[in-house]
Parts: sequence; C-alpha cells; structure tokens
Amino acid sequence: MAEFFTPTTEQEFAANFAQLKPLMNRTEALYESSRCLFCFDAPCIKACPSGIDIPQFIRQINSGNETGAARTIYEANYFGNACGKVCPTEVLCEGACVYNLQDVKPIEIGRLQSYATTKVIESGKKLFSPGAANGKSVAVIGAGPAGISAACELRALGYAVDVFEAKAQPSGLTVYGVAPYKITNEETLAEMDYLQAQFGYNTHFNSPINSREELMKLENKYDAIFLGIGLGKTNALGLPGENKINCTGAVEFIAELRQHHHEIAVGRKVIVLGGGNTAMDAASESARLGAEQVTLAYRRGKEEMGAYEFEYDLAKGVGVSGLFNVAPLEIVGDDYVAGVRFIRTETINGKVSEIAGSEFVEPCDMVIKATGQAKQTEFLRLIPGLEVDGKGRIVANAHTGQTTNPKYFASGDAWNGGAEVVNAAAEAKLTARGIHAYLSK
Amino acid sequence: MPDLSINFAGIKSPNPFWLASAPPTNSGYQIMKAFDAGWGGAVWKTLGVPVVNVSSRYGGVNYRDKRLVGFNNIELISDRPLADNLREIEEVKKRFPNHAVIASLMVQSRQEWHDIVRQSQDAGADGFELNFGCPHGMCERGMGSAVGQEPKILQMIVEWVMEVATKPVIVKLTPNISDITEPALAARRGGADAISLINTIQSIVGVDIDQFAPYPIVDGKGSNGGYCGPAVKPIALNMVKNCAQHPDIKLPISGIGGIENWRDAVEHILLGASSVQVCTAAMHFGFGIIREMTSGLEQYMVDKGFSTIYDFVGKALPNVLPWEQLNMKYKVMANIHAEKCIGCQLCYTACEDGAHQAIRLNAGTRVPEIIEENCVGCNLCSLVCPVEDCITMDRTDSGTEHITWKERVAAGTAPTEFNDERAGGRHHWVPEPSAALGKERHKTLPGKARVYAGDLGL
Repeated sequence: MAEFFTPTTEQEFAANFAQLKPLMNRTEALYESSRCLFCFDAPCIKACPSGIDIPQFIRQINSGNETGAARTIYEANYFGNACGKVCPTEVLCEGACVYNLQDVKPIEIGRLQSYATTKVIESGKKLFSPGAANGKSVAVIGAGPAGISAACELRALGYAVDVFEAKAQPSGLTVYGVAPYKITNEETLAEMDYLQAQFGYNTHFNSPINSREELMKLENKYDAIFLGIGLGKTNALGLPGENKINCTGAVEFIAELRQHHHEIAVGRKVIVLGGGNTAMDAASESARLGAEQVTLAYRRGKEEMGAYEFEYDLAKGVGVSGLFNVAPLEIVGDDYVAGVRFIRTETINGKVSEIAGSEFVEPCDMVIKATGQAKQTEFLRLIPGLEVDGKGRIVANAHTGQTTNPKYFASGDAWNGGAEVVNAAAEAKLTARGIHAYLSK
Repeated sequence: MPDLSINFAGIKSPNPFWLASAPPTNSGYQIMKAFDAGWGGAVWKTLGVPVVNVSSRYGGVNYRDKRLVGFNNIELISDRPLADNLREIEEVKKRFPNHAVIASLMVQSRQEWHDIVRQSQDAGADGFELNFGCPHGMCERGMGSAVGQEPKILQMIVEWVMEVATKPVIVKLTPNISDITEPALAARRGGADAISLINTIQSIVGVDIDQFAPYPIVDGKGSNGGYCGPAVKPIALNMVKNCAQHPDIKLPISGIGGIENWRDAVEHILLGASSVQVCTAAMHFGFGIIREMTSGLEQYMVDKGFSTIYDFVGKALPNVLPWEQLNMKYKVMANIHAEKCIGCQLCYTACEDGAHQAIRLNAGTRVPEIIEENCVGCNLCSLVCPVEDCITMDRTDSGTEHITWKERVAAGTAPTEFNDERAGGRHHWVPEPSAALGKERHKTLPGKARVYAGDLGL
C-alpha cells in the first residue's frame, strides 16, 4: 500500500501536502522569539542572501511589535512571507544560527518571519507607499520574485512600472514551481496582492513578450527594461522514447500540480530522474499524490547529489527510495511509458563511466525528468548587444544588474543560472537601485 | 538523614517551609491541602475586621516568555468573618498538631489587638505574625506598612500584643523603608520573639499602554500594589542580611521574598533566616512545589554534611562585608574558552558598549578575544555568555596580597583630588571618542544595503 492515499478532494490534498512550516500562533512565536540570543553581527543575517536584520525582527516580535517586524523583513526582501516558507533555511539563516554549535535547536527563523508577515498581510496594514512620481518608467518582464521585487523597489523610487507576465498569476515559481507543502497558492497570492496594493505597479498577465517587435515597443516606451525572465522548460535528455505519454518534465509536472492539485494524475510506479532539489520535490509530490512506488534515479552516488540533505530526508520520509549510480538509456513502452532502461555507472576520480553489460529495465508507468531547466537563449538573442556567458546566463554588473545592453537590467534565475526565491528578491532590489542610479545620471 | 525540623522562637515545624500569609492560606481547606502536600507551616491570611475586596486583584511581570518573574496584588486582608477563620484554625490544629499554624493579625486599637490575640490563642494558633507590612489599601487606613514605617508606633503595638500573648510573636516588616533595621529594633524593644521579612514592595507592576492605566485594572483605574515573586529575592536577601548582621536585633528571622525552590531557601538561610515563607510560587505552581523544595534542601544538607538547619543558618554572613573591607588586590580576568564559544559575540558588544572595551573581534573567526590589559574583571562578559562555562573569570593575582579601601584611606594612598594620579582608571586605555563614529552604522541599514553601503555610497 502507498504511504499516502490518492487525494480526491481539496481537503485530502491539503492533508497530504500539509505545510512543513505551519503558521505559528502568538504563544509559539513568543516562546521561539524569546530564545533568540540577539547575536552581535549575527551569522543569520550574513547567511541570508537578502540580508534581513533577523535578530531585529525577532526582537520586534518578542516585544509585540509584529508590524515593525514585518517592516524590517520587507525593507530587505519583498518576498518576506514566501521566503519564510520556501527558503532552504536549514542551509541559510537557520543553518548559521549559533545554537547549532551548541547542539541546541536553531531558532525557527523562517516560521517567525512568516508569522510577522502573515500578520500584516492579514491586517492589510500599509508599510510602504510609492515614491513621488519622477516622470520615468520601467518595463518589467516576468512577474516572478525578481520582477515583482524590482517593481516594488522601482515604485518606491518614483518610477511608473508595467509588469508583463506570460502566465496568469504573479510570483513565478513561488506559485508554479515550489512544492505545495512549502507554501499554498493562497498565501503566495495574498502577498502579491498586498505588495501591489501598496506599491501600485501595473500588471499585465497572459502577456508574453517573445518577439523583436514587442521588445522594440518596450524599448521605445520605457526608460529601462528589467529582465526577470527566469529559466525555461525542462532540458530534453535526448533519450529514445522521451516523448512517450507519462514522460514529463519536473517543472511542468509541478506547475500542473500547483494549479490543479488533486485533479492531476500520477503513476502508480514513478521514476524521477535527477539528484537535485527539484527531483526531491517531484519525488515527494508523487508519493503524496498516492504513487505506490517512487524511485529517485541518479547517475552518481548518493553523496554526490546536488540536493540539500534535508530535501532528500524529506523525500525518504514519505517513502521515496533511491537508485544510485544508474544512467537512463531509453524510456521503454509503446505509446505509454512502461519503464526505463538503465545502465549501471561507477564514479572513478570524479568521472562517471558506464559499466558495460549492466543494463536493466526498471518498470514504471510514469517518468519525471528533473534534469535541469533550459536557459531562455532564443529570447535573449532578440536583445541587441546582450551577452550571455558560457552557461547561457545573462552577463550583468554585479552591483547594478546592468546588462551589456545598457537599457536592460537583469536579476534572478536568468542571471544567476537558477537559485532560490530569496536570491532573486535580493538581486532585484539591488538592480532596481542600479536602474535608478543609471536613470538619475 | 538530615533533620529538617525547626524550632522557630518556640514555634515547632517539621520543616522550615511555611506558606506566607496570603491567598494560599485563606482557608482551612487550603492549609490542610498544603500540609498534606508536605508544607511545614502556614501563616494564616491576616485576620482582622473583615474587608471587602475589589475584583481584578493581581498583576504580573513577564520577562520574554517567562511568566510572573514579578507579581503584585491589591488584595487586602481576610474578607472572611473572624469566627470562620478561628474555627478552621482549630480544625487544622486538631488534624495537624505538629505543624505550625501562625495567625497573622492586623487591627487598630489596643482592645482589638488584645481581643484578637486572645481569640487566636484560644483557637490553638502556635504563634502570631503581626502584619506591619501590607503596602496597599490597609496602609491608607493607618495599618500594615503605615505601622511598619513608624518604629515608635510599631513598638507600642508590639507591647500591647505582648501584654496578652502566651505564644511567640513574630513581627512582619515592610521593605518600604530606607533602613529595615530600625523597625526590626523597635520590634525587639517591644518584646517581639522574632521578625519576618520582607512583606511586599509598593509597586506599579505595569501600565496598559492602550487603556493608559496601571495593572491590575479596576474599571479603567488602578492603584499601587505590593510586589513580590522571584524578582524581589535580591532585595529580600539584602534586608534579611541587614537584620541578621545587626548586633542589637538578635531575633530569629523568617525569610520571605522570591523563594521558589530549595536553592532560594538555602540562600535565605545562609544569610540568617531560620524559617522561610513562600507565597507567589505556590500561587503560580500550586502546593506541589514543596516536594522539590524539601528534597532539594535535604540533598543539599546531605552533600554539605549538615545535620540540622541550624548548621548553616547565617553561614554566609561572615562573608558579607561592607565594600570598604573587600580585598582590592584580588584580580580576575575573563578567559574565553574558544572550544566552547558559539560565536554570538554578546560578550563583545556588552564589553564594548557596556563596560571597558576589553574584547576585540578578529577577522576570520567569530570567537572574540580578551584585551588583557583592558580587562578589569567586571564579570559582565561571563554573565551575558549563553554557554555554560565558556567564559570563566580566572584569578590572576598571587593571592598573597591584601589591601582594602579602608586601609588605603588610612594609609593615605586613596585618590583624594579630582585629577588624582591614583585614580583607578588613570592608566587604563580608553578609545578616542571620535573612534566610535560610524563604527556600527552598517547595522542600521536594511538588507543588502548593509553589505553594499560602501560600494554604492548609500
């Protein structure tokens, strides 16, 4: 029997995908905030890519100033609530908490952060307002963590901002890509509404920009263009049988899951290809959707996986099993996926090589490829003078986000190659300042 | 097994733990329950002309997530008819002949004092405690702390009581006075058998910042109350010590104030108390705390080889001296044990901002370093350090020299002029004032601005 029953209602879905970091109540927040030592030059701040003054907001929570706590958080990171819930805090702020060195449980910074931000979001209390209009305007392409963060900061600086988004909802991977047990759609979108209500940027959904003509229109109309375009579809593996029914990309699978919850189907026996965090998510999610057997197949050894240890633990905790040192050769089956032909591998001096004659077929009825996302190279080619590096990442000034086409600025996955929500949010704030410096010259 | 029993000025009790006169001793029901649980004695909620109380009587001081580190009340003495209390005293004494039942009393006229003492004696009370301490409500009517603050009146009332009392008389003192030994001496002059201290400290326990009224709030208003609980222990210990050390008081002391566990009790006893009274802790956690208190006290006595309480009553008193008699040659220095350090740097910021700039941070490590020539051995870093034994204060003097302030004054080696070369801090390194400017400005900036403040000139 599977670890989880296949959910058939929204309630069952919510139970199977129960929040890993549930909302604290006031008592829990008081107790947890009381434990914070208020370190000098706190390591948690340094470990936070957005540099939130964590001891300060924890102290504010402790003294009953949740609104001030939320302000501290949002001043550094507009995705304050989302980051509290989806950040890999185990390897960031909480991983840096000095309590770890004393074998004491680190402060639950992520949950405290969400506690404070949820309070202000629910109350609708305004913390910010747009700056006095400076007569200039910026187009933001992509309403993900980078785009929305840039929009907020630019509005605060007095720019008119139009955000263009191909999809129907804002927040990018926060609502389309993060595992549902990390954050719900409702709370993600509530934060987006909260931000837009304060900063008043314009959003244009279902409005993909993908031609030179469209870009030229933006170039003519706006003083600067911010690229928060993220990454593209799951990389093709180039394997025979990759187009069979029930062979899907992890990013696409998760996007469907986030939007349609229990209404999407999962196989009974699922093989997830990959060893990164997205692979862990896809595996966990398959199990929570009721798959009887979920196997993570990775080309190298367990310890070489790119995924955080806690993410693998999470997958193991819901019954996912690992299959290591195997490389997929072919997706077998007729129209539908029936299995994956693997060959065993070994790693010698860091190089993976296949072991001749070790092929075998692992039967399954679904394959999820979590083997990385493609870069948006085709789109980026439409921008004159814009350089990308050898890995397809936009080249931009580290402190201003300005690309090699001076009118274009970038942040987020398209620039950093694929990182966390918090990285995009932090970069975009900085880049907005870079745009401001450029347009103020 | 050590013997926990006491004979306090003639009042016998199986252990030194008494419930103080307060809400937990309001009735025979509560006191029997307490004796059943293991308490040695109880001072009955103050008897007198019964009062009428207000609703909303207690207020608390919380520290972070810790509730009731301080507590106050605006409740008055017993609101029950005297006859009911006396009948129950009799009942308790019948059931618990070996436990101490002490009647706390507060009335006004000589006649009233005579009457209530006689009636309590008849009911079987083992002794009396004269409540000259209550600092709220009753004092407005000329009783409680109003008496404790007027040694002459205190003495006169004690004399009235002694005219009829056949059982030991304890005088309960108020701390709301500049020198606690004055009323203690008056009690002695009046012929009292013992003193108990401290009663509650006049207090406003907090202000409701939305209603603009002090806690506890009675229909939008409040009044000062009496402060007690763990937070008052240091004040109580000092006053117990003052009375115990005074050469002319020479009365048994029942120690009261902030006693919540055996350790607190031992501290009171080491400073001269030979019985201890508890209220707030019982109000917070119930009578069951007595099990920890007696077992802890017993274990302490076994560990120290004490066979009775009297083996250590006042044992710390010889070590409590006036400041001028402390050895100025004694030197300790902070020592950070790097292997235990978790890098919170609280010691750094405490010393930097709150002490003597004797700790520095070095690049590449989060473990702070003591600047030995600047360390005055104040203890602050070791007090703020969250790790047990991570910062120790280690002795650095030879242990062979001894000079006190008193001796220095006598020898003429103490500084006497404003710019005296012998000033204690004269040869101590102090940073230039302007070195402070901008030193931690980055900490006031939000988010990445901290990091890039320099780069972008924000």
